[in-house]
Amino acid sequence: MSKIHIPTPLRQYTGKQSTVEVKAGSVAEAMNALVAVHPELKRHLYTDEGKLRAFVNLYVNDEDIRYLQKEATPLSDGDNISIVPSIAGGSAQSAVKRGI
Amino acid sequence: MPAITEIPVALNKDEILRYSRHLIMPEVGMDGQQKLKAARVLCIGTGGLGSPLALYLAAAGVGTLGIVDFDVVDYTNLQRQIIHSTADVGRKKLDSAADKLTAINPFVNVQKFDMRLSSENALELFRDFDIIADGTDNFPTRYLVNDACVLTGKPNVYGSIFRFEGQASVFATKEGPCYRCLYPEPPPPGLVPSCAEGGVLGILPGLVGVMQATEVVKLILGIGDPLIGRLLLIDALGMKFRELKLRKNPDCPVCGAHPTVTKLIDYNEFCGIRGEEKSVSNGVPEIQVEDLKRRIDAKEDFVLLDVREPHEYQICNLGGKLIPLNDLPTRVNELDSSREIVVHCKMGGRSAKAVAFLQQAGFSKVKNLAGGITAWSERVDPTVPKY
Repeated sequence: MSKIHIPTPLRQYTGKQSTVEVKAGSVAEAMNALVAVHPELKRHLYTDEGKLRAFVNLYVNDEDIRYLQKEATPLSDGDNISIVPSIAGGSAQSAVKRGI
Repeated sequence: MPAITEIPVALNKDEILRYSRHLIMPEVGMDGQQKLKAARVLCIGTGGLGSPLALYLAAAGVGTLGIVDFDVVDYTNLQRQIIHSTADVGRKKLDSAADKLTAINPFVNVQKFDMRLSSENALELFRDFDIIADGTDNFPTRYLVNDACVLTGKPNVYGSIFRFEGQASVFATKEGPCYRCLYPEPPPPGLVPSCAEGGVLGILPGLVGVMQATEVVKLILGIGDPLIGRLLLIDALGMKFRELKLRKNPDCPVCGAHPTVTKLIDYNEFCGIRGEEKSVSNGVPEIQVEDLKRRIDAKEDFVLLDVREPHEYQICNLGGKLIPLNDLPTRVNELDSSREIVVHCKMGGRSAKAVAFLQQAGFSKVKNLAGGITAWSERVDPTVPKY
């Protein structure tokens, strides 16, 4: 089993779970398993063309998959996958001010 | 390591006493304290991150502290922006912050820059400083600070927060990666968390801002292992700290071998924020709060739909039917499309999305309450609290 760490902004799409365990041989398989269980995550993580969004990084343990074998990166039992989106907050003011 | 100006600076008797707990540590000592005094650090923003950051840097004896801000202190800032106090509400953040910094340490030369950091002023401003500490709160400024740091060769001491989570790193050193190596592109505006999902634990920017201050001081002193090439993830709820490896991207558009960004660009455009999106109405039919009041008083038949979150409803409400925006697709069958519907949220942004969604779902008599419950509080009923 591998553990996928869900960042705070995306937990609303995983029923508030902070980690999701999946059985998968590669990062792609793990992510497919994740969005199969939590389909709402998909549009936040992938573009309409199915590409991982540019502001979302995936790590296996502490390595960025862009410097491993990207989504084909193999997983071993007990590996941790982290989804790390960019966050901009410094005071949580601007989003509120813009009213979005 | 940044090239700190090597002007010999002497410490007087008062300063020696003030910094004695630094001076008796061999890692700092007289040499280190003089480096701190010679250092020029620019803090972008005096908000959640900038407050503790600037306070600690002033206390530590950083000789020149530049602060950039254009904002005014308001009540909702006080929950986390600890450099400002209740009596400062309504004052310029810059003036409020400068008073506190000078009060903590009169030996610090506090330089105020009353401006919005922009592509027009950033390079010139950064040139006069050794280290830039990024305490801003939006993507366009994040990318602007990063690119200006790369172009001027100044380290970018980075911190960012969201709700219970933080990130910290040191970007744009000669040997290390920059923010664009980590995130080549910003998220499109529609996917940025809305005010319903926003908010922040007030203590978290304290934690992250102090980490930034620590990194600034380490860079100046040239001691320890700076957060170069490492992204620290802070989870305040689990109180867990994780560290990820960051690499310099050889194809990075700013700091790579063949950069395509060689001058500052339009960062609002880069982040997909166009002028018209600042208006939150996005063209859906609107109703003003005064008109809503009149229709309620006249007991006209319509449904008031509140698309905020349940915890916001608890803060204040207008007695509307509560269906949070995210739940609307699955609960749309609870609404009667033959009746007139007025949709509201906090400020009108989410409800405009809800109106657009309902129109697509075949509802024709739907209107957005312009300005939301905030406008209601301001213009109709001031007993309704603002948040």
